[in-house]
Amino acid sequence: MTIGSVPLRYKVTIDPERCMECGRCIENCPYGTFRKEGDRIIVAVSRNCTACHRCIAMCPRDAISVVERPVDYRSHPLWTPEAREAIYNQARTGKIILAGMGNALPLPSIFDRLLLDACQVTNPSIDPLREPMELRTYLGKKPSKLAFRRTETGDVELETKIAPNLMIETPIMIGHMSYGAISLNAQLALARAVHETGTFMGTGEGGMHPDLHPYQDRLIVQVASGRFGVDIDYLNRGAAIEIKIGQGAKPGIGGHLPGEKVGPDVSRTRMIPEGSDAISPAPHHDIYSIEDLAQLVRSLKEATGWRKPVFVKIAAVHNVAAIAAGIARSGADAVVVDGFRGGTGAAPKVFRDHVGIPIEAAISAVDQKLRDQGVRNEVSVIASGGLRNAADVTKAIALGADAVYIGTAALVAMGCRVCGTCYRGLCPWGIATQRPDLVARLDPVLEGEHVANLIHAWTMEISELMGAAGINAIESLRGNRDRLRGYMLDEGLLQVLDVRTVGA
Amino acid sequence: MATHIDAAGVHYTPLNQQVRTAVAAGETEIVLDHVLGQRFIADGLVGEVTITVNGVPGGDLGMFMRGPTVVVHGNAEHAPGNTMEAGTIVIHGSAGDAVAHSMRGGKVFVRDDIGYRGGIHMKAYHEKRPYLVVGGDARSFLGEHMAGGTILLLRLNATGSFAERGLASGIHGGEVFIRGEVDDRCLAVGAVRMPFEEEDRARIRPLVEEYCRYFGADVGAILAGEYTRIGPESTRPFAGKYTWE
Amino acid sequence: MCGIISVVDRSGAVMDGARIRDALSMMDERGSGEGAGYAAYGVYPEFADCYAIHVFFDNIVETKAQVDALLQTWGTIVHDEEIPTYEQPHLKKVHTPWRYFFRPDPTLMTGTPSPEDDIVTYLVMKVNTTMRGALIYSSGKNIGVFKAAGWPEDVADFYRIQDYKGYIWLAHNRYPTNTRGWWGGAHPFNLLDWSVVHNGEITSYGTNRRYIESYGYKCTMFTDTEVVAYLVDLLARKHGLDEKLAVRALAPPFWDEIDRMPPKERELNRAIRLTYGSAMMNGPFAIVVAHRDGIAGFTDRIKLRPLVVAEEGDRMYISSEEAAIRRIAPELDRVWMPRAGEPVVGRVRR
Repeated sequence: MTIGSVPLRYKVTIDPERCMECGRCIENCPYGTFRKEGDRIIVAVSRNCTACHRCIAMCPRDAISVVERPVDYRSHPLWTPEAREAIYNQARTGKIILAGMGNALPLPSIFDRLLLDACQVTNPSIDPLREPMELRTYLGKKPSKLAFRRTETGDVELETKIAPNLMIETPIMIGHMSYGAISLNAQLALARAVHETGTFMGTGEGGMHPDLHPYQDRLIVQVASGRFGVDIDYLNRGAAIEIKIGQGAKPGIGGHLPGEKVGPDVSRTRMIPEGSDAISPAPHHDIYSIEDLAQLVRSLKEATGWRKPVFVKIAAVHNVAAIAAGIARSGADAVVVDGFRGGTGAAPKVFRDHVGIPIEAAISAVDQKLRDQGVRNEVSVIASGGLRNAADVTKAIALGADAVYIGTAALVAMGCRVCGTCYRGLCPWGIATQRPDLVARLDPVLEGEHVANLIHAWTMEISELMGAAGINAIESLRGNRDRLRGYMLDEGLLQVLDVRTVGA
Repeated sequence: MATHIDAAGVHYTPLNQQVRTAVAAGETEIVLDHVLGQRFIADGLVGEVTITVNGVPGGDLGMFMRGPTVVVHGNAEHAPGNTMEAGTIVIHGSAGDAVAHSMRGGKVFVRDDIGYRGGIHMKAYHEKRPYLVVGGDARSFLGEHMAGGTILLLRLNATGSFAERGLASGIHGGEVFIRGEVDDRCLAVGAVRMPFEEEDRARIRPLVEEYCRYFGADVGAILAGEYTRIGPESTRPFAGKYTWE
Repeated sequence: MCGIISVVDRSGAVMDGARIRDALSMMDERGSGEGAGYAAYGVYPEFADCYAIHVFFDNIVETKAQVDALLQTWGTIVHDEEIPTYEQPHLKKVHTPWRYFFRPDPTLMTGTPSPEDDIVTYLVMKVNTTMRGALIYSSGKNIGVFKAAGWPEDVADFYRIQDYKGYIWLAHNRYPTNTRGWWGGAHPFNLLDWSVVHNGEITSYGTNRRYIESYGYKCTMFTDTEVVAYLVDLLARKHGLDEKLAVRALAPPFWDEIDRMPPKERELNRAIRLTYGSAMMNGPFAIVVAHRDGIAGFTDRIKLRPLVVAEEGDRMYISSEEAAIRRIAPELDRVWMPRAGEPVVGRVRR
């Protein structure tokens, strides 16, 4: 028996009345969806379409439409089209299914069920444009108490030495997306944006291309299990160092950059041979226990003269709070918690959709555990994984995060349509590709501005939300769960979040 | 012969009733003695009358007032001249925060200092034009959200340049004159320095003269100094903030 | 909107409560008749070295025996009695206020430099979180808090506040928002030596509460002011910050101001904000904190609540309104409004 073709995922049509046969759709589609036939453009292979919308964005006449799932399956609540198609695929191939972007199951968002507060009468809301509004955040270790000495003249002087901290003027940073996974132009655009907005971005685990050196003060260099591109110069260049243990999109497994993406530049930056797969092991093979993590943290600090904060990134898994508390004792300066909606270029679908927990619950559990153990000041908490807007960021901070990483949102600001086909390496927006003609489509200056605009706009919205809540410094928002209410969240989740229900 | 009212221990409602009764009877001179903490004196009062307040009145002195002159011998509380429409308030002392809040017309003179947010959201409309004149110093957010009228800050006993944050923050109408220098960093969103010309000096002269008439200072010496003039960058300081969905 | 008046006699001379009652009554407009209170320092000279523990009992037949037993487990009750009260037509006596003069046994608490204070703090938290029908609202040495739900003058007359003499007085008239006007929710709030009166609403309460509770304090009184007393105890007593630095932590300068400071001062202020960010208070407030050595008043960083300070010889007054001060001290040497976030300290000379 043959399985045959599954129905079309997307049906593309060109309105012949509107089409002017300019051919931009053909040029722009790297998947070969369109073809010139005589003096007309036709949709040759609708099946190739990924709904990346590049053709739609480039069509000067709005002539193209894309319809998702034009052919119905017999409806069934359990045996969804996705469930059936996964089986056809695996029956045919006998392989693990890879998928792009974050968790694609229709699970409710907790963020959407948390509502923010505003002042009425008993305290004034603050207009952030007229009055001071402080979003400045320091990331790193803080003492839990200070020691002072009094000089002979009676002045008070600080005795406590403060460990190195990163200072940001917005709580929004850009997470780690490696060179290789995304293009150099994409990284350059992000680097320009963080430079412009006074924040930081992660290099990802793929090393630092020389073109990024001018922005190195705003880069957090990542050390992952594959140690790609890691040498002492790389460590010294970064403003901070991040040890990547895990990632929300695929907790517990390693990574795999296919050899076809390892061209000369990626090869040089990652310090591996051209064309060879870049394989990150699932664990760090020098970390088999928490005390080994402390060793790596110290080794990185020793190598860089104790001048740089060291972050540790973990996926939000069931026991995330206890793990974070262990990290807080490792000498690390911040713990990055990546929720199960975190994006990725490619992850096994079964991991992407089924492993890990939501970032909202993870932040709450981590923040509370660190407080219970009296080590909250030992580490900053950076939350990531599916933050879509300023409200998500504000809620994450109110739950207890110090700052956030955004990833997908920054890519969307550069054109990404979340088509989820990053693993093909043909990203028509020049983001998740290394093909020179596609990379060239992404103008780092223009897209850098777009990402900076996004950060500015969200930052302004966070200020407005804080002002409406009568708060003029982000310290007073952090962990302020009194200013959140849960809407249609169950009792157990409300307890974990430590948030009261609406009306209470 | 003025009408004297002993305010000792009298709640503001009967006190204002006595004032209104006297005004209705045609009295033009009223003296309130032993005032202590009574709020809302001359609140919403309409007419041509001079009220002398001996003591320390409570907040919102002359709120919604249209026409009367109120002279206070003592310090005033928060927001004298709040949403006032016409008339004059003269304070022989200092005043609290939000002096002349949303004032639409008339004049407020304060001999000494005022607190935070002086002249906040003062506004002008057609012939209505409010004036706030302060002899001493002012705190942060002076002229915040200002939409019209004039603030004149004389800083008669101050040393150094004006260094309070949030000066004229969000100003979109009116002007602030400050005698002496102003630190650049004080100028908040929407506020810009404007040239101070001889015609500006001529414009503030009547205010200085009136101040000196009440409190006995030297017009020539006060007017001779350098002034900083602050005005709005535009009438729409926050226009660039939004985008359509 | 609430009203605050406080006074310290810096020579240590005592004043009776009649005048503070009159001053507070000047600000009835700021309250709602649902809560008022007074704290006085130096009121129990005959038991000066005992902790004066004031308790509201719902009734004295059930819970009192438990409190007695708990106190006796941790030390000696030197004396105890019902706090004398006098029926007032507009004040319903819903609790029986009681006072214990208590001497904790320092050998029972180990691992602390201040075992007696820590025992008393522990007892306050324990009673307030676990014993229904009992609330400890005053626990300092030679200090008494007298509060109830009612207008300032009714509460004063209920306790005959004129019978008490203190060198520091704190008084407060409440307009409750967060909770109904219940006795425990009236100010001043006290823990050990610290008493606090507060006007405003702390928008950072959730952050502050979670911070202070991670140090073992328990917020039990459903109102934001309670947390201030605990924050001050943590910062000043446990972390050793002087009053200026403690206020600096609670209402720090803005970053742009810190950035402009000379290096050493900048370093100090930055360290305070980094370390005590969760202790920082936001929202509108004017607060007066008292301690056996004096009083300190301060407002929020953008001055959303009023605070007036005045001096008359040895006496320093801090109030919401000048008129309240003038009511009892018509001729003042000096009157001023402190800057936002800037502490004003009146210290007793010793």
